[in-house]
Amino acid sequence: MSNLLDLLVAGLATGAIYALVATGFTLLWQTSQTINFAQGEFVMLPAFLMLAVMHVGAPFWLAILIGILLSLLLLGLGFKMLLVDPMLRHGVLPLAIATMALAIGIKEAVKQFFSAEASPFPSIVPAGDISVFGRMISLQSVGVLALAIFAVVGLTALLNRTSIGHQMQAAAQNPVVARIIGVPVERMILLTFLINAFLVALASLLITPIYLAKFSSGEVLGQAAFIAAIVGGFNQVRGAIAGGLLIGVVDNLSAAYVSTQYRAAVPLILLIVIILFRPQGLLGRAEERTV
Amino acid sequence: MTGLPKLLRIGLGMVVIAALIIVPMNFNRYGLFILSQWAVMTIAAMGLNLTLGYAGQVSLAQGAFVGIGAYAAAIMTTQGMPLVAALGVAVVLCFAIGWILGYPALRVQHHYLAFVTLAFSTLAFLVFRNEDWLTKGIYGISNIPRPHIFGIATNRPLPFYYVCLGSLAIVSVMVWWLIRSPWGRAFVALRENPIRALSLGIDTRRYTLMAFAIGSALGGVAGALYAPLTQYIDPVPFNLSLSLDLLMMVIVGGAGFFFGPFLGAMIAVLLPEWLRFTEGYYLMLYAVAVILLLIYSPTGILGILDRYLSERRTKVASALRAVAKSRLETAP
Repeated sequence: MSNLLDLLVAGLATGAIYALVATGFTLLWQTSQTINFAQGEFVMLPAFLMLAVMHVGAPFWLAILIGILLSLLLLGLGFKMLLVDPMLRHGVLPLAIATMALAIGIKEAVKQFFSAEASPFPSIVPAGDISVFGRMISLQSVGVLALAIFAVVGLTALLNRTSIGHQMQAAAQNPVVARIIGVPVERMILLTFLINAFLVALASLLITPIYLAKFSSGEVLGQAAFIAAIVGGFNQVRGAIAGGLLIGVVDNLSAAYVSTQYRAAVPLILLIVIILFRPQGLLGRAEERTV
Repeated sequence: MTGLPKLLRIGLGMVVIAALIIVPMNFNRYGLFILSQWAVMTIAAMGLNLTLGYAGQVSLAQGAFVGIGAYAAAIMTTQGMPLVAALGVAVVLCFAIGWILGYPALRVQHHYLAFVTLAFSTLAFLVFRNEDWLTKGIYGISNIPRPHIFGIATNRPLPFYYVCLGSLAIVSVMVWWLIRSPWGRAFVALRENPIRALSLGIDTRRYTLMAFAIGSALGGVAGALYAPLTQYIDPVPFNLSLSLDLLMMVIVGGAGFFFGPFLGAMIAVLLPEWLRFTEGYYLMLYAVAVILLLIYSPTGILGILDRYLSERRTKVASALRAVAKSRLETAP
C-alpha cells in the first residue's frame, strides 16, 4: 500500500506536467486547427535555451526568465507567424506535416548546437523528502504537482473568469460571430499561441530535472500529451487536464504492476478504446462530424 | 501530368526507366544501397498514397506494416524458406491487419483516425522489441539471405537493386491499373464525398477497409524487400518516425498524384544524402526544405506542376470565352 501512494504521487506529478502540455495542445487545436506534432520538442527546447543562458554565466533565476521569454518569442510568436499563418488556409493536414518537419528540425538543431548527450538540469524544487501523514514523499513530486496545479488553476481562471478569457473562448468557438461582436480574433489567437509557449516552457522547467535534458526526450512527451488530450477530450481544456493526470497515473501504475516492457502500451490501448467507444473523449463535447 | 502531350509523356517515362537501369551500373555499393532504398520506400509510400491520397484516410501506421513485412521476410528466409513465400505471407498478413485497422476508420475520421493508427504503430514497435522468441528483440535478426531469382544469385548490390527496381515496376503497374479501375474511382469518391458515394450505391464500408488493406499490403511488400536489402533488422527503423517519414513523403511528393510517392521518396531518401556535405546540418536543412516547400505548395511538388498546368488551361479557356463573348455581343 505504501508503495501505491508513492506511485500515485509520482504519477500525478508527471501527469500534471502532461496536463500542461496537453492543455496547450488543445488550445492550439481549438483556436486555429493546428495539430502540433512538434509539441514534445516544444517542451524539450526551453530547457536547452535555459542551459545555454546559464553557460554564459547567468544565474538560474535569470536563465529561467530569459528562457521563458525566448520560448514566447520563438515557440509562440515565431511559430505562429512563420509556420501557422502561411499554412492555415490550406487545411489541417499540410500544417500537421509541416509541424512534423519542424519537430525534426528542432531535434537536429539541439543535437548540433548543444549536445547529443543528456545534460543534467537544476531543479527549482529542492531535493529531499517531506512527511505527510507519517509517510515520506519526495519533495520534488509534491513541488512539481503544486506548481502545475497552480498553473492549471490560473489558466482556468483566466479562461473562465476574465473578459480576455471569454473573448478567447468566443474566438475559438465561432470566429465569425466573435468578430462581429467586436472580439479582436487575431489578437486572441496570438494570445493562445503565447499561452501555449508559456505552458511548454513551464513544463520544460518542471520535467527536465526528472528526465534530464536530451534532444530526443520530446518524442515520449509529445506522445503522452497527444494521448492525454484525446483521452480527456480534444476540445476541452478541463478534458486535457483530466487526461494528463489520468495518463500520468496509468503510466506509473502500469510500469509497476503490468510490465516495464509493455508500460508504454497501456496508455495506447486506453487511447484506442477511448477513440472507438467515446471519440469525443471522457469530458469532451461531441464534435459535428465533418464529411 | 495530364496536360503534357501523350507522346512526350511516354518518351519521358522511357528515358527515366532507361536511366534507372543504366546509370547505376557503375555506382558503388553505397549508391546502389541508397537507390534500392528509394525503390523500397516508394513502394511503401505508394501504398500510403492509396489510403491517404486516393481514399482520403489518414494513416500513421505505414511504418509498422513495413516492419511487419520485414520481420515476416527475415524470420522466414533465415529459416530457409524462399523470399517469394515470405512475400506472400507478408502481403496476406499486412492485408488482414490493415483490414482490421480499417474498422476504426468506419467510426472516426481525420485526426482521430491518425491517432488510432499512431497508437497501433507504437504498439507494433513494442511487439517487435519485446517478443524476443519471435523477433530476437533488440538484438535483431542478422544474416538475412538475398533471394535467387531464376537461378541468379542477387547477393551483390547491383542484382539486388534490379530486384527492387523490378518489384517497384510491377507494383507501379498494378497500382496504375487499380486507380483506373472502378475500385480506384470508388476510392476517390470516398475521399471527395462519402455521403454522395454511399447514395450512389458504393459500399463505402467495404471500400474504406479495402483502401486500408491494400495500402497496408504494399507496406508489407516494401518490408519484405527491406529485410534482404539491409540483411539485418532490429526494431529501431520501424518506430513511429518511419510512419511519419512515409506520410511526409506522400504529402511532399503530392498526395493523390500517381507519381507523388516517387518524388516524395526521392526527396526523403536522396536529399539528405546530397546534403551530407553539410555534415551535422543535413537533417536540419531537410526539415527546413520540407517546411518551405509545404508553405509554398501544400499539395506537394506535383501540386506546383498541376497548378501551373491548370492555370494555363484556365487562361486558354478564358481566352476562348472572351472570343466567344465578343462574337455573341457583336451578333445581331
